[in-house]
Amino acid sequence: MPQTQIKLTTPLSDETVENLRIGQKVLLNGVLFTGRDAAHKKMVELLDQGKPLPIDIKGQVIYYVGPSPAKPGQIIGSAGPTTSGRMDSYTPKLIALGLKGMIGKGKRSQEVIKAIKQHKSVYFAAVGGAAALISKSIKSCRVVAYPELGPEAIHELYVENFPVIVTNDTLGGDLYEEGLKIYAIK
Amino acid sequence: MCKIKTIHTKEITETVARLCIEANYYLGDDVLKAFGKGREEESSLTGKDILTQLLLNAEIAAQDQVPMCQDTGSAVVFLDVGQEVWIEGGNLSDAVNDGVRKGYAEGYLRKSIVGHPLNRVNTGDNTPAVIHTRIVPGDSLKITVSPKGGGSENMSAIKMLKPAEGIEGIKKFVIDTVKSAGPNPCPPIVVGVGIGGTFEKCALLAKEALLRELGHPSPLPDIAALEKELFTDINSLGIGPQGLGGRTTALAVHVELYPCHIASLPVAVNINCHAARHKEAVL
Repeated sequence: MPQTQIKLTTPLSDETVENLRIGQKVLLNGVLFTGRDAAHKKMVELLDQGKPLPIDIKGQVIYYVGPSPAKPGQIIGSAGPTTSGRMDSYTPKLIALGLKGMIGKGKRSQEVIKAIKQHKSVYFAAVGGAAALISKSIKSCRVVAYPELGPEAIHELYVENFPVIVTNDTLGGDLYEEGLKIYAIK
Repeated sequence: MCKIKTIHTKEITETVARLCIEANYYLGDDVLKAFGKGREEESSLTGKDILTQLLLNAEIAAQDQVPMCQDTGSAVVFLDVGQEVWIEGGNLSDAVNDGVRKGYAEGYLRKSIVGHPLNRVNTGDNTPAVIHTRIVPGDSLKITVSPKGGGSENMSAIKMLKPAEGIEGIKKFVIDTVKSAGPNPCPPIVVGVGIGGTFEKCALLAKEALLRELGHPSPLPDIAALEKELFTDINSLGIGPQGLGGRTTALAVHVELYPCHIASLPVAVNINCHAARHKEAVL
């Protein structure tokens, strides 16, 4: 796998996303939106009713995270990725609306992989359990939608050099599959 | 004549609270050592990089006194109660739950427990704990707190094999369980295997296997050999750190045994993520 390290700033363009390849290390900068099961459910319900989303997701990146509570003086608690598969049933609709990236951990469904390819998006893996390290790259955090969901509300994070790995790219590449192929000993 | 030792529930509550926090902030030296060894031997550059991040993460968590992972787990508490211990001051389970409540609040740990598995309303304080009480000889109380993350617990499995399936059946079940778990339990993982007992005893053996210090094989030579073989086979699957490919899929495989019925061969596989957390204290 290539070990180039790329710095990117959100929002992401089609062109930027198309140039990414599985295995690349990326440092993300700029705004990320958080969202997990409950927020995804609410957003897709709005779309199904033909209503607008509470945030403009065009070109944006969603981070699947449910942080631990912040200690006094902390911007955010420990904030590692959660399992992305739980968002799979909602994700293709958001990608079709222009969502350019997702950060989480674990494999995506075939429907998500297809939507990533068709609409030019990218799935990044963050290191699950590296939550204390990851929270160091989060410089600000505020609730922008669904405050009633508490830690599951949509937060706008401003991040600097947030470390991720390209895991599903616009060519249909899947690092989970490729990694297994390369390193399995028969 | 035996001497009865009195332990007050207040002391139990304070100790459980402290252990909940310490287990979530400070990863054991055995796990850190296993990360280091994995990084040295890992052939995937991505895998090496992930192990470096995990070492750094553990350092930051300990230094800043914050949880190493945002999933600070279900509070699994083992109580080894000496039969010469008298507990005063109230109900033992309440004392443990008060400790969990206090530890999760004061340590800024995430509350991840829902009070009803179908209604799914969060209890707000991470109680109740899952408490396993064992009566043992002696006049002390050993408390072990093992916060268990949801992602890896979800990938665990149990199967009642036929005795005829033997060791090959056991190996296949363990490997299949780890293989189908793939990236989900946050590898590199610790694999706890229970063999024998009854249905519930077997699952508990697998959980207890996770508490053993990494790098310590079973004292039984045939089981130590099985652990070694499973370890090699699991690390040949190619899953690697975070499932992104590599050779460091498991940090250790621990197998625990118990006698069983002539008709049975239960096998349980309890998977722990790389945050293989547990802390203990003796009162």
